[in-house]
Amino acid sequence: MNQDIFVTIEHLRGIVSEISYIMLAAAQDLAKNSGGKVVAILLGHNAQGLADTMRADQVIYADHPLLAEFNPDAYQKILTNIIDDQKPRAAIFGHTSIGMDLVGGISSRLSLPLIGSVRNISAGNKVISQICGGKIMAECDLPDTTTLITLVPGGYKPELGQSTQSPPITAIPIQLPDSLRMILKQYIEPESGDVDISKEPLLISVGRGIQNQDNISLAEELAQVLGGVVCASRPVVDQGWLPTSRLVGKSGSTVKPKLYLAIGISGAPEHVEAITSSDVIIAINTDPAAPIFNIAKYGTTADLFDLVPALTERLKQIKG
Amino acid sequence: MNIIVPVKLVPDLVEELTIDSNGNALDTAWLRLIINEFDDHAIEQAILLKERTGALVTVLSTNVEGVDDLLFTAAAKGADRLIKLNGDIEGGVNNHALARSIATLIRDLKPDLILTGVQAHNDLDGSVGPLLAEYLGMPYIGYISGVNVTGDKAILRKEYPGGLIGEIQVTLPALLGIQAAEQPPRYVAISKVRQMMKTMSIEELDLATLDASGGPIVSRMFQPEASDRATMLPENADEAASQLIDLFKDLGVL
Amino acid sequence: MPVRVDFWGIPLYWRPDLIVYSLMFIAAFILLFRFYQQGSLWWRIGRSEGRWNKLHLRFGRLITYAIVQTRVLSQRYPGVMHIGLAWSFFAFFLGTALATIDSHFIKFLEGNPYLIYKFALDIFTVFFLFGAVLAGYRRFIQKPSRLTLQSRFTISLVLITVIVLAGLTVESLRLAIDRPVWALWSPAGWLLAQAWITTGASEQVLTNWHTGLWGFHLLIVAIAVGTLPIGTLWHTLTGPLNTFFSKVDRPLGQLKPVAQNAKNEPIYVKELQDLTWKQLLDGDACTECGRCQDVCPAHAAGTPLSPKQFILSIRQALHRDGPIVVRSNSGAENERPPQLVGSEITQSVLWSCTTCGACVQECPVLIEHVDSIVDMRRHLVIEGEMDGMLQDALANLGRYGNSFGQSDRMRAKWTQPIQPKIKDARKETVEYCWFVGDYASYSASLTEITQKTASVFQKIGLDYGILYESERNAGNDVRRVGEEGLFEMLAEKNLAVLSKSAFQTIITTDPHSYNTIKNEYTGNGTHPILHYSELLDQLITSGKVKFTKKLGYKVTYHDPCYLGRYNGVFDAPRRVIAATGCELLEMPRNRAHSYCCGAGGGRIWMEEGTVKERPSETRIHEAVKLDGVQVFVVACPKDITMYRDAVKTTGQENRIVVKDLIELVDEAL
Repeated sequence: MNQDIFVTIEHLRGIVSEISYIMLAAAQDLAKNSGGKVVAILLGHNAQGLADTMRADQVIYADHPLLAEFNPDAYQKILTNIIDDQKPRAAIFGHTSIGMDLVGGISSRLSLPLIGSVRNISAGNKVISQICGGKIMAECDLPDTTTLITLVPGGYKPELGQSTQSPPITAIPIQLPDSLRMILKQYIEPESGDVDISKEPLLISVGRGIQNQDNISLAEELAQVLGGVVCASRPVVDQGWLPTSRLVGKSGSTVKPKLYLAIGISGAPEHVEAITSSDVIIAINTDPAAPIFNIAKYGTTADLFDLVPALTERLKQIKG
Repeated sequence: MNIIVPVKLVPDLVEELTIDSNGNALDTAWLRLIINEFDDHAIEQAILLKERTGALVTVLSTNVEGVDDLLFTAAAKGADRLIKLNGDIEGGVNNHALARSIATLIRDLKPDLILTGVQAHNDLDGSVGPLLAEYLGMPYIGYISGVNVTGDKAILRKEYPGGLIGEIQVTLPALLGIQAAEQPPRYVAISKVRQMMKTMSIEELDLATLDASGGPIVSRMFQPEASDRATMLPENADEAASQLIDLFKDLGVL
Repeated sequence: MPVRVDFWGIPLYWRPDLIVYSLMFIAAFILLFRFYQQGSLWWRIGRSEGRWNKLHLRFGRLITYAIVQTRVLSQRYPGVMHIGLAWSFFAFFLGTALATIDSHFIKFLEGNPYLIYKFALDIFTVFFLFGAVLAGYRRFIQKPSRLTLQSRFTISLVLITVIVLAGLTVESLRLAIDRPVWALWSPAGWLLAQAWITTGASEQVLTNWHTGLWGFHLLIVAIAVGTLPIGTLWHTLTGPLNTFFSKVDRPLGQLKPVAQNAKNEPIYVKELQDLTWKQLLDGDACTECGRCQDVCPAHAAGTPLSPKQFILSIRQALHRDGPIVVRSNSGAENERPPQLVGSEITQSVLWSCTTCGACVQECPVLIEHVDSIVDMRRHLVIEGEMDGMLQDALANLGRYGNSFGQSDRMRAKWTQPIQPKIKDARKETVEYCWFVGDYASYSASLTEITQKTASVFQKIGLDYGILYESERNAGNDVRRVGEEGLFEMLAEKNLAVLSKSAFQTIITTDPHSYNTIKNEYTGNGTHPILHYSELLDQLITSGKVKFTKKLGYKVTYHDPCYLGRYNGVFDAPRRVIAATGCELLEMPRNRAHSYCCGAGGGRIWMEEGTVKERPSETRIHEAVKLDGVQVFVVACPKDITMYRDAVKTTGQENRIVVKDLIELVDEAL
């Protein structure tokens, strides 16, 4: 096995996802310990340009029409071959809809150890994973063989994985069967909302604690008087109380507002990973043990049904 | 159509979690187990498919505290066959071991479709679905929030960030990692579950010896530092409101 | 000598006796036939139910509610109006019966008995006409919205009025012809007779009129009798029957368990034939008076529920689909009638009910609305047809024993700051076992009151303990939501820990827990239960508790549904209030007529939906109308939650404050 750290780059419809840069940043850390190179694996069709902003020592690039969009079957076959061939120190995948489709199959096929939900690399060849809804951290040693890792966001800033210097690209030939077991038929866009919450500077977000659809009007009134926009965590959107365009989270939008007001949100990792770039997070939740308070800057256990109307009232008076 | 739903019981996060005296595992004394939320969605999706196409649904799980209740509840929702797996699972079993040992059992059940939760919150070695799929030689797709089966093909809705959905066609048999069923898991009345306890039986199968290789060894388990905790404002709504207004002014939002 | 003459003025060779008896016989036969046609649907379609026991109680009900009609009289205008119509007809019926006896068996209607007889009947005639005028005014001028203002009711009113007027006119014509000296004993008839006398018509003409009108009267009565089952007068038969068959075995606060069929499988009510014959009779007994609708908080809030329409839906389904069901049962028809629950009676109607019991309390013919609503809810629960919030609440109750979704281990967290530590009733013998209840234990905004209650108990030297984490939701509202299996599971768990603990009496601060433990925890026979207001009342009366201050607030007291209306505890809390030195101002709707806060029947666990005005808000409006009132006193934790919210949303924070009774007690100690 060599001491290189491989990173499987994720991209959708021509855009490299943020997790890829976070993985590259983590890979830098790992490479420091191992002494090897950071190698980005890029699969696609006419997609070399995507490597331009990556901070890596090398990019391995495979081109094929069947790789134009993410296909779990194709990606898995190619990556299995590459990893089996190269035997890197570690291969990092995103803990995402793309990475998680691949890493398990590769682990089984090549009998390689797999450590999931990793957030940070720590000294002495250890990784720290985040489990149980963010309530528990587990530190594990890196085994002495090629190890597969899935990475969750939160431990590294994406900027640390970016660079102005394009890394060198090595194209490799690949063989793919004519027919794969799965085919992408089409993409379905989310219902285009009136707002793009990923661009909004002031977000009022509601979670399960809002209890029912009618109560969302409390948040909407506050948003109106404060000049912000209402968004939500998964339980609210699953119930149909707000459209998917307002979803903040792993399967929704990542947001970077100046102020993120989290109302009745517990702070599950799938939600939190999408708000870490906020300038200031303020959380309102009656449960003092809610994980949201671990990442919020300010918090209160006041009852939202008392606090939100009181806040709205005062703001109305101030604004006249 | 034969649908298999492997489900897991995981620690209930409503209860307080504590680390055991060795410092590298959860203290099981106060632990309560609850069905993995995503596996619950997998059962719901399976029942929905049964209602639409008339499939046979088998639910299986390892023999831990609460498994009987879980299986009978699934039966009350419409599951046809209940299987409990016995084995050396006392100290907890990682997903690699689980996947290896249930692969042979599942192969014998000749499934057309396997639905399982896309992940469980206590997964440390990836999720069980992709591992199992590879041992069975089946294609795996995860983060599924919609399934439609016609003949030997299934059309799936796969979730990507930003609310984007990918419509994917896969040839059965296949294993799917369910993110969300097409409707939230239904409530089933206790009397129906009790009725199932009288009318249905749980089959018991033995797991092959467990081989946990592939999973990590935990050297230390701990709770995140409280030093990063938020600055807490008063619990009184009026006081909190006025302090929030001051904060808004400082932030330039007001 | 005054004496009653058989068939006065009618030529005997006409054989009036034969005409009358054969006509009435035919009319009665038609009545019975039609009664069977309509009424047999109850027992041919409905499930059996034993309601023939305790006959003396049942006859008592018949007399109280169907003859004396005490419920009808609870409201003055319609009460007087209706007894004017009804009692008069009882009198006329009695009069006719006496006349028949006089005719064929014992001649006694002569001399003074006869004069009193005539006088009484005339008075009732006037009383009737007075009632008819009140009825006409009500139906055509007042037009209250709770009535069904349709012509079929007018037809009945006109029919019976014509009968009485015809009878009066016949009498007046006889008096005008006969002019006996005792004519003044029939004052109304004699007054009307003057009109005929003034016309100067000859005796022959008057006699012809008399004969004609006598025949007319006979014919109209026969028509009325024959058409009784098909018009709105049907209630004169079904109403009394319904009062006779009303429940005598169960107190108001006890629901019956889920019915089982011959194979011991549970029966859930979704079709007409799943109801019992008594529940079908309920539909036919309804007089459409609308009193239930008027007192229903769900209806006033603008939800789809009207208890009146609910019962009438059962009737409509019975009349329309009943014959189809009978035919299909005998294998004749192929068509199946539509399902009752889900089409005729929708989900939203059934889920809107708070089970406050005001409808059952008001109904003049003792219809049991709540029982039928809960029966149908049981079907909805089995089918999983309920909103997401309720599903979550039930799932939490099943898993954690409370609707808040918090661990059962956290139930006693509120006791942490209390010194000395509250006794554990599971381990130590105590005199009183305090069943705290979910809301008092888990709701953050109620913790202060719960802790205050503990401190009051300590101050008065009560020997009490709690069940700590072993307590579960008592299940009152779980049962009323229709989740019978979950109720059984919760009750089993509570009974298990109660039976293992050593104490004399259970006390509770929650009326819902009070109701179910008292009335529905079978096997609890050995554990008496008191609401804390009853306990305090006892201790104050016996002098064991003395207050040091007289508070002097002007307060009003809201009777909780499950303490007051359901279990008759009205006076104990009032005595406690008086003992604290507060002045009690009563709201118009007090005691058994108290107006529900809207949280019961599981409503607090459901999505609110669109409401015009919440019942709790309406109640606050009612309270602030009391001159000088400062405090709204409640004795139920859910009431605190509902009313404190309502005071805010109605903007009455400066006008009135909501306090639990225990807060007054704490202040006065």
